Amino acid sequence: MPEIKVTPLGAGQDVGRSCILVSIGGKNIMLDCGMHMGYNDDRRFPDFSYITQQGRLTEFLDCVIISHFHLDHCGALPYMSEMVGYDGPIYMTHPTKAICPILLEDFRKITVDKKGETNFFTSQMIKDCMKKVIPLNLHQTVQVDDELEIKAYYAGHVLGAAMVQIKVGSESVVYTGDYNMTPDRHLGAAWIDKCRPDILISESTYATTIRDSKRCRERDFLKKVHETVERGGKVLIPVFALGRAQELCILLETFWERMNMKAPIYFSTGLTEKANHYYKLFITWTNQKIRKTFVQRNMFEFKHIKAFDRSYIDNPGPMVVFATPGMLHAGLSLQIFRKWAGNEKNMIIMPGYCVQGTIGHKILNGQKKLELENRQTVIPEYEPGWSLEVKLQVEYMSFSAHADAKGIMQLIRMAEPRNMLLVHGEAKKMEFLKDKIEQEFSINCFMPANGETSTVATNPSVPVDISLNLLKREMALGGPLPDPKKPRTIWRASLRLVSPEQALKELGLSEHQLRFTCRVQLQDAHSDSDTHIRIYTHLKSVLKGYTIQHLPDGTVMVESIVIKVSSSPEEPNTKVLLLSWSYQDEDLGSFLSTLLKKGLPAALSSM
Amino acid sequence: MAAHLKKRVYEEFSKVVQLPQEEAPAKKLRLTKPSKSAALHIDLCKASNPTDALQYLLSFARSSVEAESVEGVVRILLEHYYKEQDNSVRLKIASVIGLLSKTQNFNPESILDDTLNTFNTEKSHQVLAQLLDTLLVIGTQLPESPAVRHRLIEVACKHLSDTYFGVRNKCLQLLGCLGNVDTHLNKDGHGSVPPGIVAPGGSGGIGVRDVQSVISDYFTDQDPRVRTAAIKAMLQLHERGLKIQQAIYDQACRLLCDDYEQVRSAAVQMVWVLSQLYPESIVPIPSSNEQVRLVDDSFGKISHMVSDGSWVVRVQAAKTLGNMLQVSPQFLEQTLDKKLMSDLRRKRTAHERAKELYTSGEFSSGRKWADDAPKEKVDTSAVNLIASGACGAFVHGLEDEMYEVRNAAVDALSALAQSSASFAEKCLDFLVDMFNDEIEEVRLQSIHVLRQISTNITLREDQLDTVLAVLEDSSRDIREALHELICFTNVSTKECIQLALLELLKNLTKYPTDRNSVWKCLKFLGGRHPTLVLPLVPELLSTHPYFHTPEPDMDDPAYIAVLVLVFNAAQSCPTMTALFSDHTFRHYTYLRDSLSHLVPPLRLPGRKQAPGVCGIDGSGSVESAQLFLQQSLCRVSTIHNLQDPGAQDLLNFTIRDLQRLGELQAELAGAADFSATYLRCQLLLTKALQEKLWTMAVPLCLKHNAMATAAAKQILEETYKLEFLYSGLENRQVATIHHVRLQAKALQLVLTARTRRGVEPLISVCEKFLQEVESFQRLFVIELPHLQDSFVGKLLELSPRLSACKPGELVKILQTTLRQSGFLNLQLPEQIQRASGTIIEPTGESDNPLRFTSGLVVALDIDATLEHVQDPQNTVKVQVLYPDGQSHVIQPKPGDFRSPGPHRHRLITQVYLSHSAWTEACQIEVRLLLAYSSARLCKAAWRDGTTEGLQPTDGTTEGTIPFGKPVKVFIMPKPARR
Repeated sequence: MPEIKVTPLGAGQDVGRSCILVSIGGKNIMLDCGMHMGYNDDRRFPDFSYITQQGRLTEFLDCVIISHFHLDHCGALPYMSEMVGYDGPIYMTHPTKAICPILLEDFRKITVDKKGETNFFTSQMIKDCMKKVIPLNLHQTVQVDDELEIKAYYAGHVLGAAMVQIKVGSESVVYTGDYNMTPDRHLGAAWIDKCRPDILISESTYATTIRDSKRCRERDFLKKVHETVERGGKVLIPVFALGRAQELCILLETFWERMNMKAPIYFSTGLTEKANHYYKLFITWTNQKIRKTFVQRNMFEFKHIKAFDRSYIDNPGPMVVFATPGMLHAGLSLQIFRKWAGNEKNMIIMPGYCVQGTIGHKILNGQKKLELENRQTVIPEYEPGWSLEVKLQVEYMSFSAHADAKGIMQLIRMAEPRNMLLVHGEAKKMEFLKDKIEQEFSINCFMPANGETSTVATNPSVPVDISLNLLKREMALGGPLPDPKKPRTIWRASLRLVSPEQALKELGLSEHQLRFTCRVQLQDAHSDSDTHIRIYTHLKSVLKGYTIQHLPDGTVMVESIVIKVSSSPEEPNTKVLLLSWSYQDEDLGSFLSTLLKKGLPAALSSM
Repeated sequence: MAAHLKKRVYEEFSKVVQLPQEEAPAKKLRLTKPSKSAALHIDLCKASNPTDALQYLLSFARSSVEAESVEGVVRILLEHYYKEQDNSVRLKIASVIGLLSKTQNFNPESILDDTLNTFNTEKSHQVLAQLLDTLLVIGTQLPESPAVRHRLIEVACKHLSDTYFGVRNKCLQLLGCLGNVDTHLNKDGHGSVPPGIVAPGGSGGIGVRDVQSVISDYFTDQDPRVRTAAIKAMLQLHERGLKIQQAIYDQACRLLCDDYEQVRSAAVQMVWVLSQLYPESIVPIPSSNEQVRLVDDSFGKISHMVSDGSWVVRVQAAKTLGNMLQVSPQFLEQTLDKKLMSDLRRKRTAHERAKELYTSGEFSSGRKWADDAPKEKVDTSAVNLIASGACGAFVHGLEDEMYEVRNAAVDALSALAQSSASFAEKCLDFLVDMFNDEIEEVRLQSIHVLRQISTNITLREDQLDTVLAVLEDSSRDIREALHELICFTNVSTKECIQLALLELLKNLTKYPTDRNSVWKCLKFLGGRHPTLVLPLVPELLSTHPYFHTPEPDMDDPAYIAVLVLVFNAAQSCPTMTALFSDHTFRHYTYLRDSLSHLVPPLRLPGRKQAPGVCGIDGSGSVESAQLFLQQSLCRVSTIHNLQDPGAQDLLNFTIRDLQRLGELQAELAGAADFSATYLRCQLLLTKALQEKLWTMAVPLCLKHNAMATAAAKQILEETYKLEFLYSGLENRQVATIHHVRLQAKALQLVLTARTRRGVEPLISVCEKFLQEVESFQRLFVIELPHLQDSFVGKLLELSPRLSACKPGELVKILQTTLRQSGFLNLQLPEQIQRASGTIIEPTGESDNPLRFTSGLVVALDIDATLEHVQDPQNTVKVQVLYPDGQSHVIQPKPGDFRSPGPHRHRLITQVYLSHSAWTEACQIEVRLLLAYSSARLCKAAWRDGTTEGLQPTDGTTEGTIPFGKPVKVFIMPKPARR
């Protein structure tokens, strides 16, 4: 029985460094190649030695597929392709291909230039790696080789995020990457057709959460910003450069437009500007509203949002500023925060999660006085030991773009997989979702840990070519079950269905007849011809509905079965019946032989 | 597919036909009209290849054939049909036969046999499908004949087993359009069921089956298109009034999970139809012993489809939900239910939190990070992730990516909320959330919906807050819809009133053009919540127990807004007036006069009854005004002869009174204006007749008749205004108006006769006049008894003589009848409203000219409100008058009209201006015109059936009436720079 094997190298019962190996129909595929944000050592990257101890990966992998540009899904790519060594094709969607190198370069800069790590991939490596990338379009079936094909589906989440269907023959696996089943301000909802894969590998970040309507969240956010701006306060929104930032920008931009507001909105420049450029380009990957209106106006060409300059920090009057980084641990956002923290009119809105130890985390937990330690002080004008009173309002607003438990269930319903496999989530939460899936859909659900292999036996259907005439003939016979008497020959395991005559003709063979013969001794004190008649009438009375003929040459024919009577001159009463039938009539033939072995009933004698 | 193919064929060859050489056969066809069939025959014989034949057929299909020759043509076509080898030509012939059978007065039964015969020989599936289509056309034209129907159904059944889906589709369509429940079909008659289909009851078990079960067999066809066709055929049966059996409910439900969206979409409709047919029957819930009503079950299933993969299906499902009003409340409320959880802990929705905060007395929060921290632990086994049934259908629908789905969901919410008050209460939060949608259409729609259901609900403070936030929207449509909504909203506390007032004032400062709308809104707000406004009054009017506060500026729109709120509340809260300070009373008197439609009459304690309407009791004011109106009209009706000396004065005074009344009493403005205008017509007529010119010799009167001619002209204009500017007129009034018009025309005729010499021009004028009298008689047959004593009455008495007499005589008769005719009393209808149009924008106040290069165009935004205009899309036009006397009339697009409320329309359009260069800026005039055409009325009368045998009117009058004040706009076309 063919099998599909799935082994997570990362993201198995864990979030971060997504990397999943799939072997299907003799092909090995790597899904995503991410890094772990939580580690700074070797655990940062997936353990590629699982694939091979030394040497390059090229001969072990048929292709690598990257679902989207987040670093926990593509961060280890240059490391794998250039440092470990992989020369095969890497597939990602167009937007991912465009944005991915920007993020990788940024990541490299922070690690190498700021943290001073060595033995890390270089800019050149990123470039070389990107040369191996083959871009994908949505719903485009790409033939990796003769047998392996992949197809991308829209996944929401971030610009260019895709779910991929991997197909070998009739076996298939769908990998979702990260996805979002509820549309947001700039992206649509994930969608897949009823492709009925053998395994659906789904993320499960929010396996135990059912989220509230996004409208409430948006409304709250807008209301808070609006109120603060109305009373002349400043709003700081620390964001990561890509993804949510664009959504919030669109949200504020349209709100400003709608409400005719005048207060300026700023966006800290740098990385973002480059990325925004790509957002403008890849309109087809956004949601209905943006796609429909971009002819009049591209929503990413912001009218109200301008680039930020450090000198604006001290400007009087209300303003809204998006600044990186998102957790307030360094950089511009921290700098602005320090300036504005003292005024209770101001507000800071944290749109995402903050890691413990960052200022973001502290203020979210309600700390009112911040002691700034030496190492955090990036800005020289502040002395070590300087402390800061936090008077401004602190708001938390979760804008996350992962599917919640309901969304995951909805996707399962859409795709109708035969098996489920959960990755990218915490084990305990997965456990819950696993139970639910097994209970509601009655399908198997797996949740392998890193390095653990889940095996799924498949029952692939064997595709068969059949000539139209033969098919029509078969159809004309009707009935759900094939008739054993009508031949349905499969010759050569590779899959063409033709009529036996044609097959014989094509092969240049003559038809062999396979006949069974059988001798039955019978005590019967009649002449041969009488015995014939007796057999004939006997069979006629037993086998109703069959064609029974008494041929002039003295044989009896039941369908294609020939019955002949012969007797040796020595023992005229012992008749030897010769039965002969073709193998197609095996059932009837064996029935007849047993019947005749019992002898003829005496009642027939007087005919 | 067959239809598509057919289209393809048309498309492909229509290009070829346009070549000039193809003209010849077409012409020939026309020349040999009597034997059209022969021509066709020749053409088809001439055709050497299929392409030519197709072209002949195509051009033939475009020309029409008389009923009597159809049969012959069909025979010829069929003859060729049998000879033809090419499939596409046969297909076209089949389609032409279908077209021909639609010829008027032709009975297609005669060609039925021949058409049926073609089935015996036909091998091509496509042609078969087309032939079935032709049969369908024939069959639908012979709905009365059961024999034909039976034969057609037999043919359809026979071909149901065809291997080509197109043929099966057409067969099913045929069955759907013609099948009857009572026509039983012999199962053996229609061959075996296609492979893969196990007919219920085994093979050959049932001999006789009805159409429904035959169609329902195809619910499981292997081709999705056939499945869709089968469902559609079933729906067609339903539409034709046949009762669908409940037995197919299960099958239909199974189709809801079909792989193909068109099947699912049709299945949603099917399930809905069944739920409407058998709402109360009980169906079991699978995997449990419980049972539910069918309508609830189907409601759950359709709700499930709201989260379908295809948006087409989602739209269909969301729409359908709105039509399922019989569903039980607990199922209905589930649609808004979404149990939230976070890390397996139960979490309250933001809505619930808001509600709790509100009930606990604290409103604003959300300061803390973990504010929405989940509370109790959820029992894992109890959490149902796949919402079975209706759970959260609307939550999903309202969050959908496609605005079509969201819109459909909002509509459905509205329909359901209107039928259930408790559901309305529940869906409030969701609707309010939709105010923040990204698509304006959806926002607008949800505001409208909220208005529709607002009678059922009371807004909480936090909800009101969200609603009011939208007041700052830059879209005028949204703001006005919201004002409309606030007019109908009930709020619960005085804080709400304060909040609303505050936001409305903010709106007023931000968008001063909203002034009227905001005031109106506050009028209703005050009128609805007098007790809530009462405690706010000192604050609102900023009065102080000891000190005098400065008197606010009377022209401040914000202050007026506050006063409108207070005065309207005071109307039903007598104690409130005690809180007013002196200047408030003064302002009241002023506003009562200047903004009488916004400020109600108040009973003011300790004040002398002010002159005029102030003293009138609040509730009785309309009645007394009505009484006054009636009395005035009564008084006028005492005039019998307009030549009476006092009559003119009386008319003059009455007209003045009525005009004033119209200004004061908005409710009666229409009636008063109408009466005044009518009386003015009478007055003019009287004056014209009183001129001495009648007795004068012809040459002398030339000078004097200028006045009479002008009067006649003016009367004519006024009558058109009377007829078309007022809505709510009854036949009686129209007759009266026409009567006056006839008088005016008679006057004109007499004047023409007196001033012009020669008889010839007079003859035609006289004839025209007589025709008009005749058509008047025809139009108002019913009204004639009331007009006995009048001008027309007298004229009609003489009518046999009139038509025979010479023009000179006629003029004489007219002259005497005119002078003798009495005053015709006006009976006012129940409701009469004057159409009005106000141009809000441009305001005409701007001193900055609109500059543009001469020869090019500039767009001028026009925003106008129209009230009581019937069919504005066709009647309202915009006129632009340039200083040089040029005038353009622009017909706005139908899409530029919106209808924010009953009898109200809003015209927001752009007119394009252009002119050659001017030396300096100058004003142009923009005004609204109401186009009318007398044909309209006649048609209306025709439809009523009041006048039988009415010929299309001879000579319809068309024209325009300016209505509303014109607005002046400065423009400056600059010479083009080179």
